[in-house]
Amino acid sequence: MASEHLPSEFDVVILGTGLVESVVAAACSRVGQRVLHLDRRSYYAGKWASFTLNGLLSWIDEQNTTLASEEQSKDWSALLEEGEDLIGLSTRDVSPVTNLQVFNYTRSPCLLVARSPCLLVARSPCLLVARSPCLLVARSPCLLVARSPCLLVARYQLLRECFCFSEEEVEEEEVEEEVEEEGQDQTPARETEQEEKRRKRLSYAELLKEGRRFNIDLVSKLLYSRGALIDLLIKSNVSRYAEFKNVTRILTCRHGNIEQVPCSRSDVFSSRLLSVVEKRMLMRFLTSCLDQDTPLLYQDFAQRPYLEFLQHHKLSENLQHFLLHSISMATPDTPTATALTATRHFLQCLGRYGNTPFLFPLYGLGEIPQCFCRMCAVFGGIYCLRHSVQAVVVDKSSNRCKAVIDSQGQRISCSHVVLEEGCFTQNATPTRWVSRAVLITDGSVLPSEAEQQVSIVTIPSESPVRLVELCPSSMTCIPGTHLVHLTCQSLGSAFQDLSPVVTRLFQTADSDHHDQRPGVLWCFYFNMSEGLGSEVSELPSNLFVCPGPDGSLGHDHAIAQAELIFQKILPDEDFCPPAPNPEDVLYPGEEPGTGPSHQGEEPQTSPSHQGEEPETSPSPQGEEPQTSPTHQGEEPETSPSHQGEEPETSPSLQGAEPETSPSLQGAEPETSPSHQGKEPETSPSLQGEEPETSPSLQGAEPEKIPVQPENGTQG
Amino acid sequence: MGLVARQTHGRLKIKTTAQQEEERRKELEKKMKLYVAARDVCFSKRKEGVLDEEALLLTQQLLSSNPDFSTLWNYRREILMHLETVREEDDLQKIFESELSFLESCLKQKPKSYGSWHQRGWVSARMPRPDWARELSLCDRCLSLDERNFHCWDYRRVVVKMSGVAVDQELRFTDRLIGSNFSNYSSWHYRSTLLPLLHPESPEPPSPDHQPGRGSPPPSPQTNAHRVCEEQLLKEYELVQNAFFTDPNDQSAWFYYRWLLGRAEREDMISCVYVSREEERVAVGFSKPVHAQSVGLMLVLDGQPQRVEWRSVHPRLRHSPVWVCDLPPATISDIGNEHNLTVHWTEKHTHRDCALYNGRTESWCRDSATDQELFRSELSVEKTSVLQSELTSCNQLQELEPLNKWCLLTIILLMRALDPLGYEKETLAHFQTLKEVDSMRSAYYGDLCSKFMIENTILKMEYAEVRVFSISDKKLSTLCHLDQLLLVTHINLSSNELRRLPPQFSMLQCLEVLEADNNSIEDLEGVYQLPKLEEISLKNNKISKMEDLAPLASCPKLRRLDLRGNPVTQTASIQSDIAELLPSVTDLLL
Repeated sequence: MASEHLPSEFDVVILGTGLVESVVAAACSRVGQRVLHLDRRSYYAGKWASFTLNGLLSWIDEQNTTLASEEQSKDWSALLEEGEDLIGLSTRDVSPVTNLQVFNYTRSPCLLVARSPCLLVARSPCLLVARSPCLLVARSPCLLVARSPCLLVARYQLLRECFCFSEEEVEEEEVEEEVEEEGQDQTPARETEQEEKRRKRLSYAELLKEGRRFNIDLVSKLLYSRGALIDLLIKSNVSRYAEFKNVTRILTCRHGNIEQVPCSRSDVFSSRLLSVVEKRMLMRFLTSCLDQDTPLLYQDFAQRPYLEFLQHHKLSENLQHFLLHSISMATPDTPTATALTATRHFLQCLGRYGNTPFLFPLYGLGEIPQCFCRMCAVFGGIYCLRHSVQAVVVDKSSNRCKAVIDSQGQRISCSHVVLEEGCFTQNATPTRWVSRAVLITDGSVLPSEAEQQVSIVTIPSESPVRLVELCPSSMTCIPGTHLVHLTCQSLGSAFQDLSPVVTRLFQTADSDHHDQRPGVLWCFYFNMSEGLGSEVSELPSNLFVCPGPDGSLGHDHAIAQAELIFQKILPDEDFCPPAPNPEDVLYPGEEPGTGPSHQGEEPQTSPSHQGEEPETSPSPQGEEPQTSPTHQGEEPETSPSHQGEEPETSPSLQGAEPETSPSLQGAEPETSPSHQGKEPETSPSLQGEEPETSPSLQGAEPEKIPVQPENGTQG
Repeated sequence: MGLVARQTHGRLKIKTTAQQEEERRKELEKKMKLYVAARDVCFSKRKEGVLDEEALLLTQQLLSSNPDFSTLWNYRREILMHLETVREEDDLQKIFESELSFLESCLKQKPKSYGSWHQRGWVSARMPRPDWARELSLCDRCLSLDERNFHCWDYRRVVVKMSGVAVDQELRFTDRLIGSNFSNYSSWHYRSTLLPLLHPESPEPPSPDHQPGRGSPPPSPQTNAHRVCEEQLLKEYELVQNAFFTDPNDQSAWFYYRWLLGRAEREDMISCVYVSREEERVAVGFSKPVHAQSVGLMLVLDGQPQRVEWRSVHPRLRHSPVWVCDLPPATISDIGNEHNLTVHWTEKHTHRDCALYNGRTESWCRDSATDQELFRSELSVEKTSVLQSELTSCNQLQELEPLNKWCLLTIILLMRALDPLGYEKETLAHFQTLKEVDSMRSAYYGDLCSKFMIENTILKMEYAEVRVFSISDKKLSTLCHLDQLLLVTHINLSSNELRRLPPQFSMLQCLEVLEADNNSIEDLEGVYQLPKLEEISLKNNKISKMEDLAPLASCPKLRRLDLRGNPVTQTASIQSDIAELLPSVTDLLL
């Protein structure tokens, strides 16, 4: 593979394919910079990635194994010139994901014993009580209480600190359990029986079998319909690569019940939770929030808690709850000015694309960075996955980067280097963490007539928990399941922070049988550091570090950071100007107006890459120049796109503009209903289509969606 | 394998705007040429009477780029009708099906094209085996994109009618539309047509206050066909309250609310028969304006049908609630005789009797406004408790939104339905607020207020059982309900803001004294053929020309006329002019 070298000169070298890096890459490439975009991982989007279930399991495994293989940094001094210095980069993420814990509650249909195989990967002290074959992979003191054959794998010398209550009494208990369950099964059937059946239908094996139809985000965010990201997607025409679904409901947890928050006019109208007077009070309050003159109204309250302000307005207790927790998403002591700003943003986003302020990208959030990568590639950016930067070459006198040394030891000159966070070993341990939980459940927290709901639930607590529930039509989970993301600022470990909420809202295996709450089939807790920007000092002036995902709901921080970095690199350039229509691009030697050509000016120079089979191009260099930016055909393994509708034989991105793809372009649904077509349910087509499926995805068999990288196969 | 040498590139070359424009222009030109050529072919084919499939194809191409080309749709229909005569049914079905899918593509392009929707209705109606379910889902889809597309609403009505969709299903459809956006007149209105079908008001038991001794047909002032049962009504009140509390400025909900509160139309009936011995004249009042010559009106006197000529009280009123006729001379003039009159309204199978006893100069038989609760504004005679609770909610809303005009107006209507006289003061105060907050419509509110004041005065008059109608100093801007004043002998309209006495004024067939001082009257058109009118006082008005006084010449008994303070008195020859015009006037004040 030594022959497969990259060009040795670029304008911008970017390491990491997270959202900020990808936006910077697209912006630079769009204005003509030569961009080399690398990621040491085998998948796109870094911490912003979405995984299939199987992909996620491998990823969880990998989080543990990568720690083991710490490489010694090599000596690159031979590549250095006079007056140059090296900054070595870490080969792994120094702000890793921690406290990973997986719980599996699926029931195996072949066994009557309810508890089923479970995998617990633990890096910190934990307790696993298991009733069926389990695997505990532990790196710190653990307690395993098991009632059936279990395996405890502990690394390093920790074994003796782990306790295992072995399977002595298992047999008896198991039999007992079996009898019990059978007895219960025979009890007079009620409505729950059907639910039981449904639940039992999905075994762990089935989840894994359908696993590639899941798209599980590491980060749980939504797009504000008038947020910076949507604006950027529209402005840059990147929106043509993505499709979105409206978040359909805003829910909250009040007095232990899940209730729908009335926030739009039609919600307020049809809400059964409010009296007519409350409806008027709420509408009046919301309308006054939208007025520009409100500062006068809350002047006296600006720095006082929002709750006091709400009480001052004589709003009833449930209105206070809705306004505080769900609409401003604040805490009771948030200052009024801050909360009102959030409220106004929320209200301004309402109604642009639907009844809530939020959008969610089909196939998961991991799509978004990939869309920007795609834009970058269209304009000539070169992509290599599983390819890293080992060190940055710095000119001592000017303290500027001159080049990077890639993972193959090649020196690549460049004028700017952009790195993802966590590249520097010197970087201090992150101070702010986000606690996350991902659940696969068998029902919605608030079942409704319209089955396919995407909901956000605000759950007030010491550290307010945000729950996003995705339905199968968001293309993130399989029919019969919902994918649930929980997020909060960490106080303790993710399990400590979030498991009380999970047990309150969902049935876990230990719950009562006749429970109406949705059951959890599979569940994964982890903590992720919150990326707030680099704290590394004394960096070369042309080296930039991109922050990772922050804990907030929107993307404004990431987009602002990307724009800031871009402006430092290219102060005089426009940030992501609209990309031209493919037919308006002029290719050398082409008459104007002869339409888009996928082949570049030198098609003969790249014959070997056209239509290459995935197996035969394992190399990360399988990318094409701008002349045929073929993400699809070239690297299906790591393909950023799920555009199943795009035949492999026309891999050009320029060609990839299905007319049916609902576009965000200039969409103002208030005045033009046809733009609502971006929401599958309101597809403008007059044909008798299935309402829940997005028009442009019709042809795409979900099974044919390229699978996310199977990390397990590497190394 | 070596990596591809990438050329160091700059920016992508993009066509300039001028290039794009040029390309677009050329494209357009090309299209235009094709279009014109195809159009000419179509026209010539039609002229030659060719009805073949090629023409079908050509018109399709043209219409898909311009679906508003009516001539081509007509041509297409001619072709299709021709095909109907020569093709098998299955074949035809296919042709029509493809026509529908073509229309669908047209509608996608222009969802408000008259031609396309019309063609669709035409095709659906002619198809051998129409798929109504599909048409219905097309409409629903289209309405979900634009809930106010009236073409689609129209077409949907056709589809629903043809396919016999269940009413409750349709009601759920309106539920859904209203739920997603309640600012939708179409849905609310549709609802109002469905509810009476689905939840009709149960027939009322015979009302206990029915007074049979009046010699009139059993009075049932309400017809029930358009009403809704109470249980459902309460649900509807709740629904619509949710809407107007959520957005009190949205008028669609208020209009629906008014409909809910509204009363059905009164039953058609003869409300009054008046007979005067002296004039040998009969006046008949109806519950609505009618055209007497064409409704089969018949007068029976002492068992003998009479040949009489019905005439409206004023030549300008072709339809009038009051009609008069003169009996043949000397039929009832002898005061010693007793007569029985019956007026038949044969078209409505109703009649009213009236007896003229001996020694009496006149007689009448009528329903009073109080009996019939005529003036409970447009609101129904619901149970008072329901109206009372509706008034409470509206007052609640008004407290929150003191300046909301819809709320104020509804409160006024509710108050009138509950107790028009008791709430008079509040009503006037609310009208004052209304005129201030909605100054653009202050004249409308003035007229409405006048109407309510007149109603109240009529009620007071009837409670007092007098024939004197006095409403002075009430800022009246208009006159109405004049048919209810048929029997009034004295009317006092002084110190108001009236500008005319309209033709309807001539319904006051018994009027003897008219006082209308201190108004701005400049037109006396309605003081016409009032047989008993003797005195007119019109001090301080704006009568400026002699011609304005002309109608008075038709009142035979007029002897006193007070015109002081009118511009017309400045005319030089006024005395002699009036003497000439109104010879009967002996007491003229100028």
